[in-house]
Amino acid sequence: MSINVKIKKRLGSFLLDMDFQSESRRIGILGASGCGKSMTLKSIAGIEKPDKGTIIVEGRTLFDQNQKINLKPQKRNVGYLFQNYALFPAMTVEKNIAAGLKGSRQDNENRVREMIRKFRLEGLEKRLPGQLSGGQQQRVALARIMAYEPDVILLDEPFSALDMFLKDQLQQELIEMLDDYKGTVIMVSHNRDEVYRFSEDLIVIDQGKVSASGETKELFQNPVSRAAARLTGCKNFSRINRTDNHTAQALDWGITLHTQREIPEDTGWFGYRAHDFIPVWGERGENMIRFHLEGSALLPFEQNYYLHPEGVEEGAEGYLKEPAASSAHEERDVLCWFVQREKIEVLEEKGNPDFLMFQESKILFLK
Amino acid sequence: MEEIMQILEELDWSPLFISLKTGVVATVISFFLGIFAARKVVKTTPGKKAVIDGILTLPMVLPPTVAGFFLLLLFSRRRPLGEFLFDEFGFKVVQTWLGCVIAATVIAFPLMYRNARAAMEQIDVNLVYAGRTLGMSDTKIFWKIIVPTAGPGIASGTILTFARALGEYGATSMLAGNIPGKTGTISQKIAMVIQDGDYLTAGIWVAVVMVIAFLVIFLMNLISGKKMKNIGRW
Repeated sequence: MSINVKIKKRLGSFLLDMDFQSESRRIGILGASGCGKSMTLKSIAGIEKPDKGTIIVEGRTLFDQNQKINLKPQKRNVGYLFQNYALFPAMTVEKNIAAGLKGSRQDNENRVREMIRKFRLEGLEKRLPGQLSGGQQQRVALARIMAYEPDVILLDEPFSALDMFLKDQLQQELIEMLDDYKGTVIMVSHNRDEVYRFSEDLIVIDQGKVSASGETKELFQNPVSRAAARLTGCKNFSRINRTDNHTAQALDWGITLHTQREIPEDTGWFGYRAHDFIPVWGERGENMIRFHLEGSALLPFEQNYYLHPEGVEEGAEGYLKEPAASSAHEERDVLCWFVQREKIEVLEEKGNPDFLMFQESKILFLK
Repeated sequence: MEEIMQILEELDWSPLFISLKTGVVATVISFFLGIFAARKVVKTTPGKKAVIDGILTLPMVLPPTVAGFFLLLLFSRRRPLGEFLFDEFGFKVVQTWLGCVIAATVIAFPLMYRNARAAMEQIDVNLVYAGRTLGMSDTKIFWKIIVPTAGPGIASGTILTFARALGEYGATSMLAGNIPGKTGTISQKIAMVIQDGDYLTAGIWVAVVMVIAFLVIFLMNLISGKKMKNIGRW
């Protein structure tokens, strides 16, 4: 199992410059919308042609600009699950599943029946796609791909067309249905929960480039890049001024943080997840900040607080006035502190904490 | 009333069969040519598209007599193409039933082409991509996916084409003439008997045309209504 992609493609002012390889059977690609995720998948499938580079899957060269190799999508043996499933609207479920089959009539019928059983589509054989629910459509689309036995399956935002309450169940279903599939599966998504659950290896894309890659769980713990940290759900970022191996001034948080771990020299930012703050009442200790509450929002299972750290004044020395992208601005403007339901009661009992503590082991060192 | 019965008894039904035959053949030819042309135009670049589209739509916009004029220029046996067809294959177009078919096809074709094209342009391009990644050849994708999905548009194009071909008058009269029993279509028959002041016979033919028109539309709606009922529109 291996995939090796190194491609460039220019689209107007956007430059897709992808370079990644993985030996894993389950690969996730995480990125915001419009970052080039779908374009990458389409290039692997042969629907889009990169300007240059190579695509090698399982040792088979699908595309190589230098050698003038560009296999037709029909020859690539790559299955593609489209965002809207792309079921053929005038064909019944059976015919959709049989669409790509080349064998004898008897073989095809057996294969279709096997897929119908495997994907629990019994009784829906004669239905048209328009008469199916979203989840059923997804199963048909997947059955159609699996019937064709591709080397690789590409999932393009497979859950974006589904209702919120269906997603969780279908994510589990999809993982189970792909369980005995021996080939490589690449899932593209903008949803960190989906990729976390699904993939062994993760590639984070930001503005057409690979921003970080590695083992999924490892990457969530230590995202390395700011884009990867943000995509994996980190809300708080601060530019730092590194004073020594274990101390750094977090300029946007107005605090000097001490760490047990050594801060790598090329660290430019700290990241801190909104769930990791510890409220403290009473005396101020190390790595604690005082704050003003700027606002709060009640969510079904948690309470979100938006804070302004004390000691950081806009325009004051140390406060960064970099005219960066709007997202970077928002990040520094307020600190986010998210408290889960069970813990809200404690807060209600004790009142707002005097300080918030950074757990030094949870601080993300970012480039 | 007796008068009508007498006319009906003595009526020469050949215009009905000539018109139907012409209409069916012209529709079949237009159906395949129109879909073929639509496919080519949908795939081509926007610049080329405008030019080709203009040429293919022209016969619908031009007065039929102008189209008839061009067809005469093309197929007259005193012209290279007409001469070639006659010498090599023995085909005579002018003043023959073949002329009826060609005239009707040329005039009705744009209706088929335009409807088919409009229907195909509505199709989600992912369907084509999906077909390709499933290993289907482009020809198979076209006939198995595109055409059925564009079904309603193609069906309505076919109805309009048949209706137009059935009633074609201007170009037909110029190219094929009005030879009773050979090229005399219903439209030409009506015009002819009206000139003789025979409104009764004209009325009978008008009634025949209206019945056919209703039958065709009813039939097509029935077929397309049944088949397309369950297809989701997007």
